[in-house]
Amino acid sequence: MISKKEVEHIAKLARLRLTETEVTKMQKEISEILDYFNLLKEVDVKNLKNEGFPQIENAFRDDIKRPGGRETVNKLLEEMPEREKDYLKVKNVFKR
Amino acid sequence: MGISELNITKIHEGLNKKDFSALELNKSYLKNIKEKDKEIFAFLTITEDLAIRQAQKVDELIHQGKKISELSGVPLAVKDNILIEGVRCTAGSKILENYTAPYDATVIEKLKAKGAIILGKTNLDEFAMGSSTENSAFQITRNPSDLSRVPGGSSGGSAAAVAAKECCYALGSDTGGSIRQPASFCGVVGLKPTYGAVSRYGLIAFASSLDQVGPITKTVEDCEIVFNAIKGKDEKDSTSVKLPESRNGKSQMKNLKIGVPKEYFGKGIESDVESVIRNTLKKIQNEGAKIEEISLPYTKYALATYYIIAPSEASANLARYDGIKYGYSNQEDKDLLDTYLNSRGEGFGDEVKRRIILGTYSLCAGYYDAYYLKAQKVRNLIIKDFEKAFEKVDLIFTPVSPVVAFKRGERIKDPLSMYLADINTISINLAGLPALSLPCGEAENLPVGIQIIGKYFEEDKIFQTGKLIEEIIK
Repeated sequence: MISKKEVEHIAKLARLRLTETEVTKMQKEISEILDYFNLLKEVDVKNLKNEGFPQIENAFRDDIKRPGGRETVNKLLEEMPEREKDYLKVKNVFKR
Repeated sequence: MGISELNITKIHEGLNKKDFSALELNKSYLKNIKEKDKEIFAFLTITEDLAIRQAQKVDELIHQGKKISELSGVPLAVKDNILIEGVRCTAGSKILENYTAPYDATVIEKLKAKGAIILGKTNLDEFAMGSSTENSAFQITRNPSDLSRVPGGSSGGSAAAVAAKECCYALGSDTGGSIRQPASFCGVVGLKPTYGAVSRYGLIAFASSLDQVGPITKTVEDCEIVFNAIKGKDEKDSTSVKLPESRNGKSQMKNLKIGVPKEYFGKGIESDVESVIRNTLKKIQNEGAKIEEISLPYTKYALATYYIIAPSEASANLARYDGIKYGYSNQEDKDLLDTYLNSRGEGFGDEVKRRIILGTYSLCAGYYDAYYLKAQKVRNLIIKDFEKAFEKVDLIFTPVSPVVAFKRGERIKDPLSMYLADINTISINLAGLPALSLPCGEAENLPVGIQIIGKYFEEDKIFQTGKLIEEIIK
C-alpha cells in the first residue's frame, strides 16, 4: 500500500491540487491498481531489451512560416486566460 | 425505408437521383437529434449552422450537375476530442469547457473536402479515459438499446448517435478499445485502424503510441468508405504512414484461415455472449473458412501493461493543460505554482487525475524500471504473440467484449472493474494492429460484437471478410 505522503508527493510532481478526501480515496485506489500490476512480476524479461516501437523515423519540415498569419495568432490569443495585448500574462515565477 | 435508415451508399444514390436534397436530409437528421437526444445524451454541441451551410453547398453542386463524392451531403457526428475549426472542443473535460478549436484536424479537413456534413460533437469519457461514457464532465450518454445501460466508451456518444440514427456515421478515437467496445455495445460497426494508418493531427492526445482515429458506421461497406477517405500519410503527423492502394478484390470464405485465441474465452465471459460468438464462428466455418484454435499466451498481461503505458503517456500529454495558455484557469492564489495546482486540480475529473497520478508514479525515478520499462518489454512480447499467430492464420476472431452493455453506475465506483471492460481490445492497441467490431447477434436482447483482427495495414481483408459475414448472419 502506498502512503498518503507518497500520493501527496506524486500529486505535487504532477501539479495536481488534491483535497484531503481525494488523497485518501486515491491512496486506496492507486494501491489496488498497483497490486494488480504485480501480475507482471511473473514475466521474465531479464534478457529482453526495450525494443521501442517499430516504424519510427525522424520527420523534418522546412523552417518556414506557416500559413494562417494574423488570423491564427488572434485565435490563439483569444484562448489565453490572461494577457496584455499580444503577450501572455503569468504569475510571479521568482520571489520578489 | 425512412431517410434516416439509409447508409452512405444509399444516401449517395438518393442525392444523385434527386430523391431528396442534402438540405432535406440533414434537416431531418437535425430534427432526429432534437427529438431523441433528450433521452440519449449523445451530443455535446450541435453545429446546425455549419451543417446547413455545408448542405447548401452540396445541393448547389448537384444542381449544377457536378459529380459529387460518395460522402458529399452525408451527415456525420464527431467525437469531441477531434478539432473542428471554430467549434468548441471539450474532450469531455471541464478544463476545456470553453475551448474553441483554432484549426481543423486532418481527418476533418479531408472529410470537409469531400463535402461531408458535420452535425455536431459527441460525448466521451473525459480525455477518452473510460469504458462507459460516464466519466464526461457534462452528461452521461445512454445506450439506445436500453436506456438504463451504458453505451460503452470512450466513444459512447459517437456509437450511440449512429445507433439512434442521429447521424449516418461518426468518428471516434480508440486508445484501448474506445471505438470497438461502444460499437459492440450499441450494435454498430467500428474500426480501429492500424497504428499510423490515419493522421492524428488535431486529435486531442491521450496516449500517443496507442491512439488512432476511426469510423463508426451502420455497415462494413460504409466503414470502408470512411476509412478510405480519412487514411493516409500526413506530414503533420510523423507517425502516419503511406498506405498501399486498397485492393478491392472480392475475398472468399473458402480457404480463409481464422485463428480463435483460447485466452479470449476464459473466465469472465458471459455464456450468452460466448454462444453468440461460437454460433457466428460455426456459420463462417460452414461457408468454408478454416477455424483454428490458437494461443496468445501473453494476453493475461495485456491489461496491466496497458494501464502502465497509457497513463504514463497520458501524464506527459496532459501536462499541457496548465491554466496558462488556454482552458480553465484559476489564478486567484499568489504564484505560478498555485495557478498550475489549482487549475489542474479543479479542471480535471476523478479518472483523469487517477491516471495522471498512476502515470507519474510509473515514470518516477525508482519505479521506472519496475513499471514503465517492464511494461514496454512485456508489450514487445504481446506484439510477438500476434506476429507468431499471423504466420499461420489470415485473421484472428474474438468477442469484442466478454459482456454485453452493463448498467449505468455498475462499475463507475470501482476503477479496476471498469478497466476490465477493455480486456479484449487493449492488446490490439498495444500491438498497433487493425481490428473491426461487427454486430453478430444479441444476448439478453442486447447487441454482441465480434472482433476481426487483421495483419498490419490489411484493413482491406478485414472489410472483405466483414461484408461476407454481414451476408451470412443477415
